[in-house]
Amino acid sequence: MQRNPQLNEKGELQHLLSIEGLPREILLQILDTAESFAGVTEREVKKVPLLRGKSVFNLFFEPSTRTRTTFEIAAKRLSADVINLNITVSSATKGESLLDTVANLSAMQADIFVVRHESSGAPFLIARHVKPHEHVINAGDGRHSHPTQGLLDLFTIRHYKKDFSGLTVAIVGDVLHSRVARSLIHGLTTLGASEVRVIGPQTLLPAGVEALGVRVFHDMREGLADCDVVVMLRLQNERMRGALLPSAQEYFKHYGLTADKLALAKRDAIVMHPGPMNRGVEIDSTVADGPHSVILPQVTFGIAVRMAVMSIVAGN
Amino acid sequence: MKLPDAERLCQQLAAELKPRIGPKSAMVGLYTGGAWLAERLHPMLGLKTPLGLMDIAFYRDDYAARGLKHDPKRTKIPFDMNGAEILLVDDVLYSGRTVRAAMNELFDYGRPASISLVVLVDRGGRQLPICAQHVGATVEVPAGMRLALKRADNGKLALALEGERAT
Repeated sequence: MQRNPQLNEKGELQHLLSIEGLPREILLQILDTAESFAGVTEREVKKVPLLRGKSVFNLFFEPSTRTRTTFEIAAKRLSADVINLNITVSSATKGESLLDTVANLSAMQADIFVVRHESSGAPFLIARHVKPHEHVINAGDGRHSHPTQGLLDLFTIRHYKKDFSGLTVAIVGDVLHSRVARSLIHGLTTLGASEVRVIGPQTLLPAGVEALGVRVFHDMREGLADCDVVVMLRLQNERMRGALLPSAQEYFKHYGLTADKLALAKRDAIVMHPGPMNRGVEIDSTVADGPHSVILPQVTFGIAVRMAVMSIVAGN
Repeated sequence: MKLPDAERLCQQLAAELKPRIGPKSAMVGLYTGGAWLAERLHPMLGLKTPLGLMDIAFYRDDYAARGLKHDPKRTKIPFDMNGAEILLVDDVLYSGRTVRAAMNELFDYGRPASISLVVLVDRGGRQLPICAQHVGATVEVPAGMRLALKRADNGKLALALEGERAT
């Protein structure tokens, strides 16, 4: 059997490329370690010396503000040096290949590459070519995977709900184009959530999504009934052009999360969103800013989760 | 070899520390054995400040060699470190490396007025210039053996000797 490319020969996490295929113990190790780092981010000196002298290269081939910033903060709180490369305006436009770019950075003594790329699988390709002491963390590749977002979603759910067993989680919206949804579904099924639902119009749900172990709903009111957790996905404007949807107004009417639809979920349900939010398209402002929303805590937890991932891979 | 009775040493340390407790005294126990000991000593001494618990995993000096191997506990310092007179509690004092790491972490919470080290046993073998102010007992332990505090289901503390962990 071929070894999981994320794990070393001892079965420890060497790269974080995808939640899919990671054993439950490693997911729990990351969440537990993140719990300790959450304490660090609350104190006066928000820094620990763990990655002192290490270099973290943020390689973003696709624009991102939140993810890149939280990776940068996480690395700095671990005392690493951070180098941000916005490749869309760099060598790639001059024709340099992905592996040449990485080889050049490797020659500058990199320890961790944080990679976002519009092509699914790009971080896997890089992980196969880096030196043994170098580690790759996927910060989002195409439609495929966004493991640290999935992990911070899992961390947030565990923080508010304590345990995954007995939970019903609904993921609402553009699952078809969402790497966040894919990562979260794999994480939830591995950690034993009772039921994972996906809710959306036929055109925005991948064919055969049931094979991932989810229940499919096209009617949002039916799908939200008795949910503990509601995860809203961002509706990308360009989807309107591809004739997948009639209009943003029409979408909001059927799949936008409003207070009256949320009332169908459990009374203590939490509402999550990976950001950036389109208010009035997938979520109403009264919900986004309301008492059920944990959207901003998600961002804060994202720092602790990324600290955990970097410190675990760099030590293996 | 005969090991001292941990329960008796705990009583003895409490009696020794009692007259030294002042309004600014605060206690921090180091996971895991030191935290157990601190959880016993803290109520016996009637400290006004809540007990602090610390995991030094993020401050260890062997991260490069060993990585983050266990799931660290969350450090909790529920009092103001600035100006506090800290009683730092651990079960076994050996190389001194844990204490070095703990002192670094303490200072990231503020500037304590003082730090005193309280240990159940000192087994010698220091690799750093560190000594304890309050020692329950001094024990000779053969190199290659590990001395550790255990806690039974009923809460009773006991010292145990075991073969060195594989690293």
